[in-house]
Amino acid sequence: MSTLHPVHTIEDLACAIAAIPYASLLGMQVRDEAGQPMFFLPYAEHNIGNTLLPALHGGVIGGFLENAAVLHLMWAREAEGIPRVIDFSIDYLRSGKPQDLFCRCDIVRQGKRIANVLMTAWQDDAARPVAQARAHFLLA
Amino acid sequence: MNSLWLPVENPVFFEQLQQWFMALPHCRALGMRFASAERGRATLELPFNDKLIGNPDTRVIHGGVVTSLIDTCSGTAIYTLLGGPEPLATLDLRIDYLRPARPDASLYCMAECYRLTDNVAFTRATAYQDDPQKPVAHSVATFARGMDPKGKVAA
Repeated sequence: MSTLHPVHTIEDLACAIAAIPYASLLGMQVRDEAGQPMFFLPYAEHNIGNTLLPALHGGVIGGFLENAAVLHLMWAREAEGIPRVIDFSIDYLRSGKPQDLFCRCDIVRQGKRIANVLMTAWQDDAARPVAQARAHFLLA
Repeated sequence: MNSLWLPVENPVFFEQLQQWFMALPHCRALGMRFASAERGRATLELPFNDKLIGNPDTRVIHGGVVTSLIDTCSGTAIYTLLGGPEPLATLDLRIDYLRPARPDASLYCMAECYRLTDNVAFTRATAYQDDPQKPVAHSVATFARGMDPKGKVAA
Protein backbone atom coordinates (compact mmCIF):
# COMPACT_ATOMS: atom_id res chain seq x y z
CA MET A 1 0.00 0.00 0.00
CA SER A 2 1.32 3.38 -1.02
CA THR A 3 1.84 6.16 1.51
CA LEU A 4 1.35 8.63 -1.35
CA HIS A 5 -2.09 9.62 -2.56
CA PRO A 6 -2.93 10.26 -6.20
CA VAL A 7 -2.16 13.85 -7.15
CA HIS A 8 -5.17 15.66 -8.62
CA THR A 9 -4.74 19.20 -7.32
CA ILE A 10 -1.98 21.58 -6.33
CA GLU A 11 -2.92 20.97 -2.68
CA ASP A 12 -2.23 17.26 -3.28
CA LEU A 13 1.24 18.27 -4.47
CA ALA A 14 1.91 19.94 -1.14
CA CYS A 15 0.98 16.64 0.56
CA ALA A 16 3.31 14.73 -1.79
CA ILE A 17 6.18 17.12 -0.94
CA ALA A 18 5.54 16.52 2.76
CA ALA A 19 5.67 12.73 2.14
CA ILE A 20 9.05 12.87 0.33
CA PRO A 21 11.76 13.31 3.00
CA TYR A 22 14.39 14.82 0.66
CA ALA A 23 11.88 17.38 -0.73
CA SER A 24 11.07 18.34 2.86
CA LEU A 25 14.77 18.53 3.72
CA LEU A 26 15.34 21.08 0.95
CA GLY A 27 12.19 22.92 2.07
CA MET A 28 10.53 23.12 -1.33
CA GLN A 29 7.00 24.43 -1.70
CA VAL A 30 4.37 24.74 -4.42
CA ARG A 31 1.73 27.28 -5.32
CA ASP A 32 -0.93 27.74 -8.01
CA GLU A 33 0.23 30.00 -10.84
CA ALA A 34 -2.56 30.38 -13.42
CA GLY A 35 -3.69 26.78 -12.96
CA GLN A 36 -0.18 25.34 -13.16
CA PRO A 37 1.98 24.31 -10.22
CA MET A 38 4.87 26.70 -9.54
CA PHE A 39 7.55 25.09 -7.39
CA PHE A 40 9.76 27.30 -5.26
CA LEU A 41 12.52 26.89 -2.76
CA PRO A 42 12.45 29.55 -0.02
CA TYR A 43 15.94 30.60 0.98
CA ALA A 44 17.40 28.50 3.80
CA GLU A 45 20.93 28.62 5.21
CA HIS A 46 21.24 24.82 5.04
CA ASN A 47 21.07 24.97 1.23
CA ILE A 48 24.25 27.04 0.93
CA GLY A 49 27.16 25.38 -0.88
CA ASN A 50 29.58 28.30 -1.03
CA THR A 51 29.92 30.47 2.06
CA LEU A 52 32.30 32.95 0.41
CA LEU A 53 30.03 34.19 -2.40
CA PRO A 54 27.59 33.09 -0.80
CA ALA A 55 25.72 30.79 -3.21
CA LEU A 56 23.26 27.91 -3.15
CA HIS A 57 24.83 24.45 -3.53
CA GLY A 58 24.76 23.27 -7.16
CA GLY A 59 23.36 19.97 -5.92
CA VAL A 60 20.51 21.81 -4.20
CA ILE A 61 19.56 23.48 -7.49
CA GLY A 62 19.78 20.11 -9.28
CA GLY A 63 17.88 18.25 -6.57
CA PHE A 64 15.17 20.93 -6.45
CA LEU A 65 14.70 20.78 -10.24
CA GLU A 66 14.61 16.98 -10.24
CA ASN A 67 12.00 16.97 -7.46
CA ALA A 68 9.97 19.60 -9.32
CA ALA A 69 9.99 17.51 -12.51
CA VAL A 70 8.91 14.37 -10.61
CA LEU A 71 6.08 16.23 -8.89
CA HIS A 72 5.03 18.04 -12.08
CA LEU A 73 4.75 14.67 -13.84
CA MET A 74 2.67 13.24 -10.97
CA TRP A 75 0.37 16.26 -11.23
CA ALA A 76 0.09 16.14 -15.03
CA ARG A 77 -0.66 12.40 -14.99
CA GLU A 78 -2.82 12.48 -11.81
CA ALA A 79 -0.83 9.44 -10.69
CA GLU A 80 0.24 8.22 -7.26
CA GLY A 81 3.41 6.40 -8.29
CA ILE A 82 6.67 8.33 -8.23
CA PRO A 83 8.40 8.45 -11.66
CA ARG A 84 11.98 7.11 -11.59
CA VAL A 85 14.73 9.28 -13.00
CA ILE A 86 16.73 7.70 -15.84
CA ASP A 87 19.11 10.55 -16.61
CA PHE A 88 19.49 14.17 -15.61
CA SER A 89 21.52 16.89 -17.29
CA ILE A 90 21.89 20.40 -15.90
CA ASP A 91 23.56 23.56 -17.21
CA TYR A 92 24.47 26.09 -14.53
CA LEU A 93 24.11 29.57 -16.02
CA ARG A 94 24.47 31.86 -13.00
CA SER A 95 25.36 31.31 -9.36
CA GLY A 96 22.31 30.80 -7.12
CA LYS A 97 22.07 33.80 -4.81
CA PRO A 98 20.98 33.35 -1.19
CA GLN A 99 17.33 34.05 -1.96
CA ASP A 100 14.21 32.19 -3.14
CA LEU A 101 14.53 29.96 -6.22
CA PHE A 102 11.66 29.28 -8.64
CA CYS A 103 11.12 26.52 -11.18
CA ARG A 104 9.04 26.01 -14.29
CA CYS A 105 8.69 22.51 -15.81
CA ASP A 106 7.67 21.63 -19.35
CA ILE A 107 6.85 18.08 -20.37
CA VAL A 108 8.44 17.85 -23.81
CA ARG A 109 7.15 14.38 -24.54
CA GLN A 110 5.21 11.82 -22.57
CA GLY A 111 5.08 8.30 -23.93
CA LYS A 112 3.60 5.18 -22.37
CA ARG A 113 6.67 4.41 -20.31
CA ILE A 114 9.05 7.34 -20.63
CA ALA A 115 8.72 11.11 -20.29
CA ASN A 116 11.13 13.91 -21.21
CA VAL A 117 10.95 17.05 -19.04
CA LEU A 118 12.65 20.45 -19.31
CA MET A 119 13.21 22.48 -16.15
CA THR A 120 14.21 26.12 -15.75
CA ALA A 121 15.25 27.73 -12.46
CA TRP A 122 15.41 31.48 -11.81
CA GLN A 123 15.45 34.02 -8.98
CA ASP A 124 14.71 37.71 -9.71
CA ASP A 125 13.95 37.47 -13.40
CA ALA A 126 12.55 34.47 -15.30
CA ALA A 127 14.42 35.74 -18.38
CA ARG A 128 17.74 35.34 -16.54
CA PRO A 129 17.74 31.67 -15.51
CA VAL A 130 20.10 30.31 -12.86
CA ALA A 131 20.02 26.83 -14.42
CA GLN A 132 18.33 24.77 -17.10
CA ALA A 133 17.97 21.02 -16.94
CA ARG A 134 16.44 18.16 -18.86
CA ALA A 135 15.68 14.66 -17.69
CA HIS A 136 14.08 11.38 -18.72
CA PHE A 137 11.80 9.52 -16.34
CA LEU A 138 10.45 6.00 -16.24
CA LEU A 139 6.77 6.41 -15.46
CA ALA A 140 5.42 4.42 -12.54
CA MET B 1 43.05 -0.43 -14.23
CA ASN B 2 45.68 1.98 -13.00
CA SER B 3 46.28 1.40 -9.30
CA LEU B 4 49.29 3.70 -8.93
CA TRP B 5 48.49 7.23 -7.79
CA LEU B 6 50.48 10.22 -6.61
CA PRO B 7 49.66 12.27 -3.50
CA VAL B 8 47.50 15.37 -3.97
CA GLU B 9 49.33 18.37 -5.48
CA ASN B 10 49.37 20.45 -2.28
CA PRO B 11 48.50 18.34 0.79
CA VAL B 12 48.30 21.30 3.23
CA PHE B 13 45.99 23.31 0.99
CA PHE B 14 43.90 20.27 0.06
CA GLU B 15 43.35 19.31 3.70
CA GLN B 16 42.02 22.82 4.45
CA LEU B 17 39.92 22.76 1.29
CA GLN B 18 38.25 19.40 1.98
CA GLN B 19 37.53 20.42 5.58
CA TRP B 20 35.92 23.63 4.31
CA PHE B 21 33.89 21.68 1.74
CA MET B 22 32.60 19.17 4.27
CA ALA B 23 31.65 22.02 6.65
CA LEU B 24 29.54 23.81 4.01
CA PRO B 25 25.93 24.06 5.20
CA HIS B 26 24.39 21.80 2.58
CA CYS B 27 27.15 19.17 2.82
CA ARG B 28 26.51 19.07 6.58
CA ALA B 29 22.74 18.94 6.06
CA LEU B 30 23.17 15.77 3.99
CA GLY B 31 25.96 14.36 6.20
CA MET B 32 28.80 14.02 3.65
CA ARG B 33 32.22 12.81 4.80
CA PHE B 34 35.59 12.99 3.13
CA ALA B 35 37.03 9.49 2.53
CA SER B 36 40.25 9.74 0.50
CA ALA B 37 42.10 11.55 -2.26
CA GLU B 38 45.05 11.18 -4.59
CA ARG B 39 46.30 13.48 -7.35
CA GLY B 40 43.40 13.58 -9.81
CA ARG B 41 40.71 11.79 -7.82
CA ALA B 42 38.70 11.94 -4.62
CA THR B 43 36.22 9.73 -2.78
CA LEU B 44 33.42 10.92 -0.51
CA GLU B 45 31.00 8.96 1.68
CA LEU B 46 27.39 9.77 2.47
CA PRO B 47 26.09 7.60 5.34
CA PHE B 48 22.41 6.66 5.03
CA ASN B 49 19.87 8.85 6.75
CA ASP B 50 16.06 8.80 6.51
CA LYS B 51 16.14 12.45 5.39
CA LEU B 52 17.71 11.35 2.09
CA ILE B 53 14.74 9.20 1.02
CA GLY B 54 13.08 10.08 -2.28
CA ASN B 55 10.31 7.49 -2.31
CA PRO B 56 8.54 6.83 1.00
CA ASP B 57 7.28 3.43 -0.22
CA THR B 58 10.57 1.93 -1.40
CA ARG B 59 12.81 4.19 0.82
CA VAL B 60 15.35 4.53 -2.03
CA ILE B 61 17.66 7.56 -1.83
CA HIS B 62 16.54 10.56 -3.90
CA GLY B 63 18.34 11.26 -7.18
CA GLY B 64 18.91 14.85 -6.04
CA VAL B 65 21.02 13.54 -3.15
CA VAL B 66 23.17 11.62 -5.63
CA THR B 67 23.48 14.86 -7.67
CA SER B 68 24.75 16.82 -4.65
CA LEU B 69 27.26 14.13 -3.73
CA ILE B 70 28.58 13.87 -7.31
CA ASP B 71 28.80 17.67 -7.74
CA THR B 72 30.74 18.06 -4.48
CA CYS B 73 33.01 15.07 -5.15
CA SER B 74 33.77 16.19 -8.73
CA GLY B 75 34.79 19.65 -7.46
CA THR B 76 36.92 18.04 -4.74
CA ALA B 77 38.72 15.92 -7.35
CA ILE B 78 39.75 19.07 -9.25
CA TYR B 79 41.36 20.59 -6.13
CA THR B 80 43.62 17.54 -5.80
CA LEU B 81 45.42 18.95 -8.87
CA LEU B 82 45.59 22.59 -7.80
CA GLY B 83 48.39 24.26 -5.88
CA GLY B 84 46.16 26.71 -4.01
CA PRO B 85 42.75 28.31 -3.67
CA GLU B 86 40.90 29.12 -6.85
CA PRO B 87 37.19 29.55 -7.59
CA LEU B 88 35.44 26.87 -9.65
CA ALA B 89 31.94 26.97 -11.11
CA THR B 90 30.06 23.91 -12.34
CA LEU B 91 29.12 24.53 -15.98
CA ASP B 92 27.22 21.35 -16.62
CA LEU B 93 26.62 18.04 -14.95
CA ARG B 94 25.07 15.00 -16.56
CA ILE B 95 24.09 11.91 -14.60
CA ASP B 96 22.87 8.48 -15.66
CA TYR B 97 21.01 6.70 -12.87
CA LEU B 98 21.90 3.04 -13.34
CA ARG B 99 20.13 1.45 -10.39
CA PRO B 100 18.31 2.66 -7.27
CA ALA B 101 20.40 3.74 -4.27
CA ARG B 102 19.28 1.33 -1.55
CA PRO B 103 18.29 2.58 1.90
CA ASP B 104 20.27 1.70 5.05
CA ALA B 105 23.64 1.64 3.24
CA SER B 106 26.30 4.30 2.70
CA LEU B 107 26.54 5.91 -0.71
CA TYR B 108 30.06 6.57 -2.00
CA CYS B 109 31.26 8.69 -4.89
CA MET B 110 34.63 8.48 -6.60
CA ALA B 111 35.34 11.34 -8.99
CA GLU B 112 38.29 11.89 -11.32
CA CYS B 113 39.45 15.08 -12.97
CA TYR B 114 40.75 13.55 -16.18
CA ARG B 115 41.61 16.79 -17.99
CA LEU B 116 42.55 20.20 -16.60
CA THR B 117 43.13 23.16 -18.91
CA ASP B 118 43.79 26.83 -18.08
CA ASN B 119 40.08 27.56 -18.23
CA VAL B 120 38.16 24.31 -17.85
CA ALA B 121 38.23 21.13 -15.76
CA PHE B 122 36.63 17.91 -17.06
CA THR B 123 35.48 15.31 -14.54
CA ARG B 124 33.83 11.91 -14.44
CA ALA B 125 32.33 10.26 -11.39
CA THR B 126 30.79 7.01 -10.22
CA ALA B 127 28.41 6.65 -7.28
CA TYR B 128 28.15 3.20 -5.69
CA GLN B 129 27.23 1.39 -2.49
CA ASP B 130 28.70 -1.94 -1.35
CA ASP B 131 30.04 -3.00 -4.74
CA PRO B 132 31.95 -0.50 -6.94
CA GLN B 133 31.31 -2.86 -9.86
CA LYS B 134 27.57 -2.21 -9.52
CA PRO B 135 27.40 1.59 -9.75
CA VAL B 136 24.29 3.52 -8.76
CA ALA B 137 25.14 6.40 -11.12
CA HIS B 138 27.70 7.59 -13.66
CA SER B 139 28.37 11.24 -14.32
CA VAL B 140 30.43 13.61 -16.44
CA ALA B 141 30.79 17.31 -15.68
CA THR B 142 32.68 20.42 -16.73
CA PHE B 143 33.79 23.24 -14.46
CA ALA B 144 35.01 26.77 -15.29
CA ARG B 145 38.20 27.87 -13.55
CA GLY B 146 38.66 31.45 -12.34
CA MET B 147 35.59 33.56 -11.69
CA ASP B 148 35.25 37.18 -10.66
CA PRO B 149 34.25 37.86 -7.02
CA LYS B 150 30.55 38.00 -7.96
CA GLY B 151 30.70 34.38 -8.99
CA LYS B 152 30.32 35.04 -12.69
CA VAL B 153 32.44 33.02 -15.04
CA ALA B 154 35.20 35.19 -16.49
CA ALA B 155 34.65 35.94 -20.18
